[in-house]
Amino acid sequence: MSWEQFLLMRHELLLILAAVVVLVAEIATGEDKNGINHTAIWLMASITVVGFLPAPVGKLFGGMYVVDSLRLAMKNTLNIGLLIVFLQSARWLNSKENQGRVSEFYLLLLASVIGVNYLISSGNFLMFYLSLELTTIPVAALAAYEQYKSRSAEAGIKLILSSAFSSGILLFGLSIIYGVTGSLDFSLAVFAGAGSLGIVGFIFFFSGLAFKISIVPFHLWTADVYEGAPTNISAYLSVVSKGAAVFILILTFFSFFRELQDVWQGVIFATAIITMTVGNLFAIRQKNLKRFLAFSSIAQAGFIFLGVIGGSELGMAATVYFVLIYVFSNLAAFGVVNIVAVNSGKESMEDYNGLYRTNPRLSLVMMLALFSLAGIPPVAGFFGKFFLFTAAAEGGFYALLIIAVLNAIISLYYYLLVVKAMFINKSENPISGFTSDFYTRLSLVICVLGMIGIGFIGEIYDYLQSISFGL
Amino acid sequence: MPGLEHTILIPLIPFFAFLVIGLLNKTLSPKVAGMIGITGILASTILAYQVALGYFFSFGQVDGVFQKIIAYKTSWLQFTDSLVIEMGAILDPISAMMLVVITTVSSLVFIYSWGYMKGESGFSRFYAFLSLFSFSMLGLVLATNLFQMYMFWELVGVSSYLLIGFYYDKAAAVAASKKAFIVTRFADLGFLIGILLLSFHTGTFDFQLLTDPNGPAITSVGGATFMGLSVVSLSLLLIFIGGAGKSAMFPLHIWLPDAMEGPTPVSALIHAATMVVAGVYLVARLFPVFAFAAPEALEVVAYIGAFTALFAAVVACTQPDIKRVLAYSTMSQIGYMMLALGVSGFGEDGLGYTASMFHLFTHAFFKALLFLGAGSIIHAVHTNDIFKMGGLRKFMPITHITFLIACLAIAGIPPFAGFFSKDEILAAALVSNKLIFGVGFAVAGLTAFYMFRLYFMVFWNEAKIEGAPHESPSVMTIPLIILAIGSLVAGFVPFNELVTSNGSLLATELHWEVAAPSVAIGLIGIVVAMVMYRKASNLPSKLSSSLGGIYKAAYSKFYIDEVYMFVTKKVIFNLISRPIAWFDRNIIDAFMDMTAKMTNLVSEGIKEMQSGQLHYYAIYFASGAILFVVLMLWMR
Repeated sequence: MSWEQFLLMRHELLLILAAVVVLVAEIATGEDKNGINHTAIWLMASITVVGFLPAPVGKLFGGMYVVDSLRLAMKNTLNIGLLIVFLQSARWLNSKENQGRVSEFYLLLLASVIGVNYLISSGNFLMFYLSLELTTIPVAALAAYEQYKSRSAEAGIKLILSSAFSSGILLFGLSIIYGVTGSLDFSLAVFAGAGSLGIVGFIFFFSGLAFKISIVPFHLWTADVYEGAPTNISAYLSVVSKGAAVFILILTFFSFFRELQDVWQGVIFATAIITMTVGNLFAIRQKNLKRFLAFSSIAQAGFIFLGVIGGSELGMAATVYFVLIYVFSNLAAFGVVNIVAVNSGKESMEDYNGLYRTNPRLSLVMMLALFSLAGIPPVAGFFGKFFLFTAAAEGGFYALLIIAVLNAIISLYYYLLVVKAMFINKSENPISGFTSDFYTRLSLVICVLGMIGIGFIGEIYDYLQSISFGL
Repeated sequence: MPGLEHTILIPLIPFFAFLVIGLLNKTLSPKVAGMIGITGILASTILAYQVALGYFFSFGQVDGVFQKIIAYKTSWLQFTDSLVIEMGAILDPISAMMLVVITTVSSLVFIYSWGYMKGESGFSRFYAFLSLFSFSMLGLVLATNLFQMYMFWELVGVSSYLLIGFYYDKAAAVAASKKAFIVTRFADLGFLIGILLLSFHTGTFDFQLLTDPNGPAITSVGGATFMGLSVVSLSLLLIFIGGAGKSAMFPLHIWLPDAMEGPTPVSALIHAATMVVAGVYLVARLFPVFAFAAPEALEVVAYIGAFTALFAAVVACTQPDIKRVLAYSTMSQIGYMMLALGVSGFGEDGLGYTASMFHLFTHAFFKALLFLGAGSIIHAVHTNDIFKMGGLRKFMPITHITFLIACLAIAGIPPFAGFFSKDEILAAALVSNKLIFGVGFAVAGLTAFYMFRLYFMVFWNEAKIEGAPHESPSVMTIPLIILAIGSLVAGFVPFNELVTSNGSLLATELHWEVAAPSVAIGLIGIVVAMVMYRKASNLPSKLSSSLGGIYKAAYSKFYIDEVYMFVTKKVIFNLISRPIAWFDRNIIDAFMDMTAKMTNLVSEGIKEMQSGQLHYYAIYFASGAILFVVLMLWMR
């Protein structure tokens, strides 16, 4: 393997380098660990920027590892997501309880995101499985990061146990698939004569992946983990790890499983409907904002499936585009929840009553984020949903489309509940006004720019469409 | 057209004044806000004069014929290749004439208001709204197409609404503003449908294409008919409903008298000189279409105009409120203009068209003068009731003289402006329709009577005001003097050379066979008024009691308002609105509520699924996977 070939793994290598730097910094610094925050954040910022430089594409390790334009776009998208998570964490990591363990946080998160990058680049089910585990296990540790809180520990144990369970089923599925097809390479579509056993294998594989995306009925861990884990970890789970899983799902469906199209269309159809509906129905009742966002992200996953089901180029572009917008919208919402929780320790919806009076700018960011999640024009979320719906309509799935629209209406209700709380409801003792730290503000500015800009810059969608492919 | 693009600035300058005053309302002091408004309108007045004079005397004519010139044009909304909405500025004799009228009256009213509105709490707001109005009105007359005209038409309606309701803490003003808005909006519905119908059948919104006598609009759509009317006639009638609403033609006139609740300068500007003639302008703008393709519609215009002129003149004779008398007088005079358009032909027979525009022009001066004079009087005596005034000529000499000039002008006494235009209208009517001429003739007498009734009641008769009312400040009297000069000289403008239906010169002369009797009946009206009202006497009450029912009916404005109330409250509300409201509340809303309740119920029902216990999660997971396997295998 030549040096040029080795450099195909540019994203992963840079992230590994960053992890090493953080490790060294941990050893080199004394009591005050604040420097590690700056180091990690600026390293991640540079990596994100470098990721956008033009890069060669190709395959490594006999097709185990693949880089192409679409994968690069996805990696860059999720790197931005990680950068925003880093930015939003600095303040929280400086708190008394966490000071001694700053580098752990960055190390584990970097490890997980290395897994995410390998996951996106995997061209083979073995690679896929390894990187999937690398993505999840560090996050399970991070979910329990706030050991002094029992809920955090509970979140960690729930995540690792249910994740182990789902991995078991997924692996079982993979072995069946290997048994019936004799291949694990994505690029070979060898499912023609796989028969019933192949379908069993496929469903098991799908369940394992659906677990990561929080698709109903494999979603039950989501709310408990999101609520208990540190907010930034919930944000990471809901955006970066979910985005990667969606991407690999659509990738394998469109290549390896292309001959099972009628099967996976049926599965997607059913799960999309129940996921949207159940996610929404639960979101309506939530009083805790982190749980609320958990169910909202479940419902959003259902919407994403609208892009997958048609099997078209438009659908793939719409899905990637939606994930890109979702990164900014969801992280903006989590960012606000996080900074409010760090400053006041409050995270229930009632606490947000009258927030506009005390923290007007924060409320406006939250409003934009919720509008984007709900899909209200002119915020980018509208365009994201619009293209997803277009993709489903193009495929002729009108029944699904109608249910999706009804669900969009329900979601509007609960997103607006939060907006109402902030802007209209009055409160005896509202959360007092505070100033956020520089990094949080920077992250929210990035999110707002993304939420407003992406919808209007048509070139982004055009580019994504040009690198997408259909069945 | 190159070199004329700055025409678009004429409406835009007041618009920027509106934006600046409106946005900086809190930070600007009222004086600065007023100055911005006045400067803005003066700037566009200068531009308007430059453009209009240039149009009439240098570049407007080609071979002795006035051209329609597109001074500025930009495509605003492009829906498809063929459906484009444009915004621009058209210059032709009537729009150039209107530019002069609007900017002149506007700037005088802006200046006058400086004194009239002094010390009012909404001083800046007043100037913001006035500027908005000027912008809208100028945009309306410069419109190059029906769509642009409709937009500015509505903007004019909004500014009128805002200004009528200027004293928004006064219940009557609020009610009047709503009434004006609703009635004109109702009429505009007809306008909108008419626009859609006309442009659907002609394929264009553009005035130049629509009004070209050899163009597709006039020649191609004669065939299509609906209920015995050609489509063009029908659409023009619908458009005329919009015009009738804005111009307060019977039976859509009910809002105008109430609109007098607004500040008096507003009444002068909007409800006398400019906005209310928008309907006349609209008919004139589409006149070739009316004349060539829809003579029936034109006939309707003539009869509505004549009837309104008579009806309003009769009501005006009985009203006690000075501004309401003027309001009915305005309706009557606009009726005159409509009548003149209605009896007109195109080209050689276009005397009525020229007369109508001429009367619009002269009327703007003397009616604005009457209203501003009334404002000056009200400012001094703090009442609108003419029975509580009297003997004011000694206290307010300038107001008195200028008011007298305006009264003579509207009564059609030579050499004042109204004489010339009224003479042309009556001459045109005589040629075409004897009945309408008769009505116009009678109205001339009535007009002289009620105007001088007003004049003698206010300035002569016995003084009923305690103390000594004082003359208004010069910032108010100077506009009066300027308008009085205008009312004296406006009649000498050679309209037959400048504003004609086809753009070329129209041979006219003074028609003494019409003028002599109409001056005579005007003088009779004045003499009767003098006998009855110059001194306090019991003649008026004797006359009114001898007329009995007729007087009472006229005094009550022929119960039109009551008819409207009956139709809306008793008929429409009870028979249509209430059932619809019931359906909305009990069927539609109930259905929505039910879906919400169901959603909630289901949500409540499934919450047990999220038990928090990991082993249940695993069970759901596994059974979900197995269920899908079974499902998929079974479906295969």
